[in-house]
Amino acid sequence: MLEENFARIDAHIASHRSMPGALMPLLHAIQDDLGYVPESSYPSIAKALNLSVAEVHGVVTFYHHFRTHAPGRHILQICRAESCQAMGSEALEAHVKKTLGVDYHETTKDGAITLEAVYCLGNCACSPSIMIDEQVCGRVDTIRINEIIAEAKGA
Amino acid sequence: MTTIVYVPRDSSALSLGAHQVAKNVQAEAAKRGLDIKVVRNGSRGMFWLETMVEVVTPKGRVAYGPVMPKDVSSLFDADFINAGAHPLNLGLTDEIEWLKKQERLTFARVGITDPVSVEDYVAHDGYQGLKNALKLSAADIVKEVTDSGLRGRGGAAFPTGIKWNTVLNAPADQKYIVCNADEGDSGTYSDRMIMEGDPLVLVEGMTIAGLAVGANQGYIYLRSEYPDALVTLNEAIANAYKAGYLGANICGSGKQFDLEVRRAAGAYVCGEETSLLESLEGKRGIVRFKPPLPAIEGLFGKPTVVNNVISLATVPIVLDKGGKYYQDFGMGRSRGTLPIQLAGNVKQCGLVEKAFGVTLRELLYDFGGGSASGKPIRAVQVGGPLGSYLPESQFDTPLDYEKFTEIWAVLGHGGIVAFDETVDMAKMARYAFEFCAIESCGKCTPCRIGSTRGVEVMDKIIEGKDHAKNMELVRDLSDTMLNGSLCALGGMTPYPVLSAINHFPEDFGLKKGQVA
Repeated sequence: MLEENFARIDAHIASHRSMPGALMPLLHAIQDDLGYVPESSYPSIAKALNLSVAEVHGVVTFYHHFRTHAPGRHILQICRAESCQAMGSEALEAHVKKTLGVDYHETTKDGAITLEAVYCLGNCACSPSIMIDEQVCGRVDTIRINEIIAEAKGA
Repeated sequence: MTTIVYVPRDSSALSLGAHQVAKNVQAEAAKRGLDIKVVRNGSRGMFWLETMVEVVTPKGRVAYGPVMPKDVSSLFDADFINAGAHPLNLGLTDEIEWLKKQERLTFARVGITDPVSVEDYVAHDGYQGLKNALKLSAADIVKEVTDSGLRGRGGAAFPTGIKWNTVLNAPADQKYIVCNADEGDSGTYSDRMIMEGDPLVLVEGMTIAGLAVGANQGYIYLRSEYPDALVTLNEAIANAYKAGYLGANICGSGKQFDLEVRRAAGAYVCGEETSLLESLEGKRGIVRFKPPLPAIEGLFGKPTVVNNVISLATVPIVLDKGGKYYQDFGMGRSRGTLPIQLAGNVKQCGLVEKAFGVTLRELLYDFGGGSASGKPIRAVQVGGPLGSYLPESQFDTPLDYEKFTEIWAVLGHGGIVAFDETVDMAKMARYAFEFCAIESCGKCTPCRIGSTRGVEVMDKIIEGKDHAKNMELVRDLSDTMLNGSLCALGGMTPYPVLSAINHFPEDFGLKKGQVA
């Protein structure tokens, strides 16, 4: 990992370490900044928060949101929950997997898109829903998802 | 004169292009030299009409919807800022039947005000509850909430006042108010709508809770899937601090209450209160044994109120209008109103706040307009992924906690997901186990192992392998999970599974009406 990233992680540790229950906000800060939580950061996080490396590892891996490796340039999440299923999300999932040539938790070969499943985006009134990075899109059909994918691949 | 135009910032509206609509409105007005101000409000909750644009006229607010970004120039051509005729003109917002038929208490301001403006909030009766609470003793605030009959809206329906009373009477140097905003149930979005549409009502509710039990620190545990709610909440909280409604000296009373939003990280189980507390403490979200109750030993071992967003957001109106006023709505032991969320295969999905007692049929057909696909509605799941599936024969059940218990169903957080006749209930039962397996915290065996075994058994049933034996096994497994799990995740996964088998046996390779 780059030296520069270590410096950034250290800065996040310094600004979070005195918070009560600091670990979650700290992990969020690191992932927001770098896109993931590098395993190589565990020892310094553990030391600052008086935890064991195993405890840090346990927390990072418990939560679906945190990742330990760099994702693609964009993260595409497809909602798999009941409301979206009732509106055809299964077909949408199959279409996306085929179009991208990847399964969940995988990244397209060009590094553009990491595909993830999500269980409810709170957009159940406009199912089926997906989220591209931090933007929720509702009533997504194959035409719309193709546009979203094309845009993500282009940028 | 400046004309005010409302374009929602609710994330469901954004998911349909509301940002672009707002941008186009501004650009088009500038091009035409018109003096308008765009206010980003919450959503009125009629999502089939989103993006719904409203314009303030001397007669009241006039609505247009659903507006696509490309429709904006034609709205200006039709002089919509003076309520001009247009195919998307919906008339006066207040006269829309769907809204008129509701009893909006908790959602009184959602979609009406600028969510982050304290001034707007106060102008629409905001902070009246806190003003009253500041004049009362802690015990009297708790009494008012108890008298209102308010029960936890997160799903467990535990009386809020009784929970608060336990925390009030627990001696400690530090107490906490924790808001459970980890709204993970599929088909629910009322918490999100409050946080994006009227976050100050939640801030006020938590402040009152702090006064009631003697807590000076609050945390909102917000799911990470809600990035827009995070922005709105933080803006609202910053503005409340600036206006003196949060901090060391609330409204000059000398009382302190601080509030902070903490982000969750995508674990469904953290909606369970003890697992949520673990997560807030910076640990894995593993469920705790109870007792001790969080009200006695909660966050960092201190007495803690853990309430859902809707419960806390309902407290201000209780303190404003009195417990009796709120208590007068509802039926039986289910007092007040419930913000119901219509989702899935429904034509007119949205937020319906009604007094308890409204039936599923009224909600699905009178409000919802039937299915979106036009095919008959075959099953509805009420109360999230751990709720029972109900067949058409149960659609006349009134929404009431006890009436739902009688038919082995749960009201939960008030989410209703409809499925048309194309649904395969065996697949839904399999999915219930799969979801439990993905989200199990792993602490107790029935949930950790049972969920995976459940997926396997369902696969065999779907394949028709040793059918009778596996049908017996799935019931036996469900019984173990129901009675042996530590929390509701494992303990209620059998609700969707068994209700699907009992009401839709024909999807499980049995004859209609046959009991496996």
